[in-house]
Amino acid sequence: MRTGTDRVKRGMAEMQKGGVIMDVVNAEQAKIAEEAGAVAVMALERVPSDIRAAGGVARMADPTIVEEVMGAVSIPVMAKVRIGHIVEARVLESMGVDYIDESEVLTPADEEFHLLKSEYTVPFVCGCRDLGEAARRIGEGAAMLRTKGEPGTGNIVEAVRHIRKVNAQVRKVVAMDETELMTEAKLLGAPYETLLEIKRLGRLPVVNFAAGGVATPADAALMMQLGADGVFVGSGIFKSENPEKTARAIVEATTHYQDYELIAKLSKGLGAAMKGIEISSLTSETRMQERGW
Amino acid sequence: MVKVAVLGLQGAVREHVNAIEASGAEAVVIKRVEQLQEVDGLILPGGESTTMRKLIDKYGFMPELKRFAAEGKPMFGTCAGLILLAKRVVGYTEPHIGVMDVTVERNSFGRQRESFETELDIKDVAEDFSAVFIRAPHIVEAGENVEVLAKHNGRIVAAREGQFLGCSFHPELTEDNRLTSYFVRMVEESKQKTIV
Repeated sequence: MRTGTDRVKRGMAEMQKGGVIMDVVNAEQAKIAEEAGAVAVMALERVPSDIRAAGGVARMADPTIVEEVMGAVSIPVMAKVRIGHIVEARVLESMGVDYIDESEVLTPADEEFHLLKSEYTVPFVCGCRDLGEAARRIGEGAAMLRTKGEPGTGNIVEAVRHIRKVNAQVRKVVAMDETELMTEAKLLGAPYETLLEIKRLGRLPVVNFAAGGVATPADAALMMQLGADGVFVGSGIFKSENPEKTARAIVEATTHYQDYELIAKLSKGLGAAMKGIEISSLTSETRMQERGW
Repeated sequence: MVKVAVLGLQGAVREHVNAIEASGAEAVVIKRVEQLQEVDGLILPGGESTTMRKLIDKYGFMPELKRFAAEGKPMFGTCAGLILLAKRVVGYTEPHIGVMDVTVERNSFGRQRESFETELDIKDVAEDFSAVFIRAPHIVEAGENVEVLAKHNGRIVAAREGQFLGCSFHPELTEDNRLTSYFVRMVEESKQKTIV
């Protein structure tokens, strides 16, 4: 009997496919998310838009909040650690969190090295903007990916850019002659073995969700249509006018992403979505996507 | 060739499709109730049982799934799918589809860090089946007509009751298609009976 194997860690993410993972900051929100049909919740102290507004250093959530959420729902609970913060990761693992997000939404703890995720029993999800970044995270042992987008903005443009980029690069690798893969690995800064695996499978070896800017049911369906395996929604739900209804609508739109009549119906009367931020108004230091490499 | 469907509302759908095709049947992904009429057997995949249940209710699948079972067509539930099939779920007053005479307990091996893989001896299927358990349920109690197919550390993790097959683990996550092939044969036998 073996725990923490690649198959067990990657398999956990496979069970989340076609679903929505929602950011929550307390037990009450976690219950709303579960009731709406979320496949997992991400327990946080603040949602990304509030982290953005508050400024300063953003860290792992207070374990009290994580425990409270774990006690409130039967679906899996995820939590975020700062990039490269070995102890935050071990703390969450010891608490029995089901999945850890090594996340650019928090202030990085290490500007040079990400966590060696293969050493942990708990599985990790990491952000990526392109295949090089995705493959490096897989190389370190990430069992799930999510495209980064730009968290806390309610603006889908970066999420679209990243999922398109990753999937275009995957298609290119799959179509390549094997002779060309080493050079492609060099150009992407990607581990060669990961590219070989992608070519053999015809897809990424781990599940890839979309994140960072999903605010409406149509946004979620768009990400699915562009090839995401599922969707993370951060500020988009509990910063909207009607969280229950928005949460349910985003879950349904993710399942039936090509049923446009249904999405029209789901989008009616949701009230105001989160306000949103134009990306060009952000300075380079406030772009969370540029954290990590 | 028989048509075997995978309920495609959420979860590991693609993996089951691959396993069905490798077992020599035609695979169909079902997202709409009407599609149920055209298939001979149904797999309820792994995923999050609470999410699947919400979507099942939302789209009126429940009466149709019960009818599918009442027609005697084979159904195979893996992990979350087993929970959907069970007549009794520990800690809940109502079952989901509630057709297989077993009592299951959700997340009974613990949280994700306790998830594991192991070799299983599955009666009539394989002596060395590599089984992946993810936040898995197990069968606490099986009715008298239920045949226990596999146990892990004394807990029932695979069972069959006539047309119903259920397991705690995820046969779809490995390239070992022997359990799916076993189900495809159940579907073939059941179809043959209805034709005769």
